[in-house]
Amino acid sequence: MTQDDTRPNPDELLAKVTAEAKQSRRGRLKIFIGYAAGVGKTYTMLDFARQRKNERDVVVAYVETHGRQETEALLEDLEIVPRKKVEYRGVILEELDLDAVLARHPDLAIVDEYAHTNAPGSRHAKRYQDVEELLDAGIDVYTTLNIQHVESLRNVVAQVTDVWMRETIPDSAIDQATDIELVDLPPDELIKRLKDGKVYIPDQIAQATSQFFRKGNLTALREMAMRLAAQRVDEQMRVYMEEKSIRGPWPTGERLLVWISPDAASTNLVRNARRLAVQMGAEWFVIRVETPASVHLSAEQIESLNNALQLAEKLGARIVNLQGQTVAEAIGEYSRKHNISKIVIGRAPRLGWKEWFRGPAINQIIRKNRDLDIFIIRSKPEPHQKARKTASRLSRNLRNTLLALLLVGLATGVSELLRNLLAPTNLVMLYLLSTIVAALYLGLGPSILVSILGVLIFDFLFVPPYLSFAVADFGFFLSLLSLLVVGIIISYLTSQFRRQTETAWQRERQTAALYSLGKDLAVANSLESYLDSILKRTRDTFTGEAVIFLPGSPGKIDLQPYLSNPNLKITENDLAAANWAFQHQKIIGRGTDTLPNSRARYLPLITARGVIGVFALLEPDGTSELTIEQERLMEAYADLSAVAIEGILLSQETRKIELLKASEKLQNALLGSISHDLRTPLVSIIGALSSLQDAKVKLDEKSVDILVRVARVEAERLNHLITNLLDESRLEAGTLKINRQPAEVQDLIGTALEQLGQRTTSHQIKIKLTAELPFVPVDFALIVQALVNILDNALKYSPSGSLIEIEGRSAEKGIELEIADRGVGIPSSDLEHVFEKFYRVHRPEKVTGTGLGLTIARGIIEAHEGRIIAENRPGGGTIIRISLPLAEPPLPHQKI
Amino acid sequence: MDEKRKSILIVDDEEAIRQFLSVALTSQNYLTAEATAGQEAIIIAKSNLPDLIILDLLLPDLDGVEVTRQLRQFTQIPIIILSVRDSEKDKIAALDAGADDYLTKPFGSGELLARVRVAWRHKSPSLSEPVFINGDISVDFAKRIVRLSDQEVQLTPTEYDILRILVNHAGGVITHRQLLQEVWGEQYGDELHMLHVNISNLRRKIEPDPARPHYIITEPGVGYRLKIE
Repeated sequence: MTQDDTRPNPDELLAKVTAEAKQSRRGRLKIFIGYAAGVGKTYTMLDFARQRKNERDVVVAYVETHGRQETEALLEDLEIVPRKKVEYRGVILEELDLDAVLARHPDLAIVDEYAHTNAPGSRHAKRYQDVEELLDAGIDVYTTLNIQHVESLRNVVAQVTDVWMRETIPDSAIDQATDIELVDLPPDELIKRLKDGKVYIPDQIAQATSQFFRKGNLTALREMAMRLAAQRVDEQMRVYMEEKSIRGPWPTGERLLVWISPDAASTNLVRNARRLAVQMGAEWFVIRVETPASVHLSAEQIESLNNALQLAEKLGARIVNLQGQTVAEAIGEYSRKHNISKIVIGRAPRLGWKEWFRGPAINQIIRKNRDLDIFIIRSKPEPHQKARKTASRLSRNLRNTLLALLLVGLATGVSELLRNLLAPTNLVMLYLLSTIVAALYLGLGPSILVSILGVLIFDFLFVPPYLSFAVADFGFFLSLLSLLVVGIIISYLTSQFRRQTETAWQRERQTAALYSLGKDLAVANSLESYLDSILKRTRDTFTGEAVIFLPGSPGKIDLQPYLSNPNLKITENDLAAANWAFQHQKIIGRGTDTLPNSRARYLPLITARGVIGVFALLEPDGTSELTIEQERLMEAYADLSAVAIEGILLSQETRKIELLKASEKLQNALLGSISHDLRTPLVSIIGALSSLQDAKVKLDEKSVDILVRVARVEAERLNHLITNLLDESRLEAGTLKINRQPAEVQDLIGTALEQLGQRTTSHQIKIKLTAELPFVPVDFALIVQALVNILDNALKYSPSGSLIEIEGRSAEKGIELEIADRGVGIPSSDLEHVFEKFYRVHRPEKVTGTGLGLTIARGIIEAHEGRIIAENRPGGGTIIRISLPLAEPPLPHQKI
Repeated sequence: MDEKRKSILIVDDEEAIRQFLSVALTSQNYLTAEATAGQEAIIIAKSNLPDLIILDLLLPDLDGVEVTRQLRQFTQIPIIILSVRDSEKDKIAALDAGADDYLTKPFGSGELLARVRVAWRHKSPSLSEPVFINGDISVDFAKRIVRLSDQEVQLTPTEYDILRILVNHAGGVITHRQLLQEVWGEQYGDELHMLHVNISNLRRKIEPDPARPHYIITEPGVGYRLKIE
């Protein structure tokens, strides 16, 4: 995006069109904003609603009248959806019944108190999320809001009123409003109403009511409310002008980069930056830079960084993590690559010794980015928001302190023992040693304690004059001083070192986890192995059970769970939550605002094609909230899984399509070949008959004879071919009915030879059957046909006059038949293939036939649970071996 | 004295087949009549009283087995059915319902005429001809002596009975069931094993090469036929 182009940006226009299209389906939100409680937001809202009642289907979803009669009067002719009663800690609370309203599906729903926090157990943590669901369902909503509940204004409100609002809503919840209606009342009048007792005081400001309702405060708040409304108008005007392609003062593609530094003031910086971005209409990026110096960060600093980043994301910024040698370099490079127009940095007013790092950073940034505007925003640090130390931490600290004391005692004891052997300057090393040990295992505090205590005790016991803190020799004094300084430095460095190692180790573990998952997925080749890998790795990395939900049938939303641990039970709640995440494509569950009490976190697996499943991580009880890094890692897992699963689903589809194509190709080839084989005999038949018919063709008796014979032979051949094709297709369709009756082997062979008729005269046929061959339970006609096919082959592929031997003998559990000819045999590579459809071994002389004879024979034999193989006869020729079992497979019922 | 020309009723819905049959049959000096459906066939049979009926099993209105049954209610004239391959059940049903023989489509005129001749022939019971001679086999019904190439053959009573029944149907097919019932009795219709064993023994005694029967031919899935020269 260039900076001097004032034409409307096509991307923006497209976004607008899409947004408009979306809006026509989505519900419209109208927010009634006031600057304080009591200005009359609810009243105005209800008034509006009543006016619309005749044109639209209006329903009151939740309205808090606080007992005010005038408000209650307005409710009289409006339909009210009963509230849901939720029990929490023995108290019955009333909340908005979201499902009832969704079921009722009015045109317009009235929902009071946009920023309200729902009672635990509700589907969403906050009411604005309930409203969002209503809007998604296409229901319009009216709602009310006090200006101080707006997230990005929180610090300003705090500055003005000294009250830090706990219940806020993200700015995105306001941005999506179609209309903002400002409900205004001059502060004087509001104060008067307060005196008259007509104003409901929310609990939070109850103690500071008089302070809150000072005129100065109210005026400031009123101004904020007005400014917000004005901003909206501004925005709408900008959009309007863009639509009409009017040149004007709209933002020309500004991009803001906000640098977050490990400073408690960062959340304020984020909020301020957002206001700036909105004013400029700029896209804003919040970046964090990791430099080699970053390893010195304390846990609190990291936490405040995370908080700031989470907030920035909530407020609509793009988060970027950069790495570089210095902050200035990283920022400079990024700014150039991404056409950043302005940089925002924060500067805390207090200048501690840490400003050693801060100051030069700002200067460097300024120096390296001379062509960009740099905003330095000063912000007051937030009120204390550190996590409360848990009991376990306290006890751990106590324990470490005691151990530290123990260490000192130990060092003293050993020194005492060695007192006479070593000089004091050598003994002092023991104390140094204990300092290091303390630093490595007990933490910064205890090790400094050890250091100081060690010096004192050493002085007291081992430095003359003994048993006093005085120091006789200046040299000793110097030693003691150095000991102290060295001890403290070592403590600091060692604890830093330990922290670094821990962080690096943790990071390495996470990276390794992601890497190994990637590796697993690279070698996995089926859906099951993919899912297995993902679930297994997740368990290793996150110490919780994972479940992947995939749609049972494509396109439908019946999710089926895939578990790594078969003992895990998936409850209805889990399924419902997974379905919700799937449909709304949002991360929900533990640690989020929606269904925060679920036992798992549900991440929808989203790919370019859409959502393909849900990844759920069940966390073991009692874990604290995830750090932003762990959340990112989990999302990275989910993304990787999504891509992998989609990949395998796509490849499955591809394979199916390929198989279809291949079988289609084969079918076409077969059809072509069959059609040729069927037509060829007809050529001769029609040719011969038409010649006979043609009066112009003069034929002598001999020619007539030939033609007739040709036609006859070809017709028989055609019959044979058709028979074979039908048999083969019946075999393949599985519609072959086998009617088993006890049959005599001799009879089978005899009948087969009978059917071959005259053809058997061309060869010598010898039959050798052992005496008393048992009767075999077979379908007589089918086995005869199989034998006919095999004998037909033998006749065709061996020279006239040669011998064909048919042998039959008893075998274990059945009978065996052998048909051997003295023909040219079958190449050993083809022995398996001769039973394949249309397979014909290449011969020098042309042999007629369909190539189906042996295929059909095999089909018949195998349908009888028998086996048939082809072998080469030593001495030349082919042997076909058949075995048929005696035992019939059990039938449903048998006539005895 | 001129033998009265035999008349044959052809029942088939395919015109081409009717034409072929008609040509083949008239070439042997038979008279032919045609019907295209079952009901028509029954009416013509009742009024014209043909000497033989060639009946296709697949007819548009009634199926051939049903037509056979109805015909058999008023006439004993020979019925030859035309069937397609692999419809064993229908063939057997028609034969059991009273048809005398069958032809599997496609068939040649030689086969057709042979069957026709046999069909008339086997109507002559063994009672009228005291001795039956076929090739090397001769059966003296009065004395119950069977000879193969003038050598007497010892048959068990059952084997003799089987041979006698086969001779009664000589040239034509007899289903397993029919054979069993005529030799052993009504309730033995399904004792195929028993039948096969007996046939096997019989063959061993009267066939020059039992492995390649010359006289007693197996009709796969249907029954047996005594081939006559």
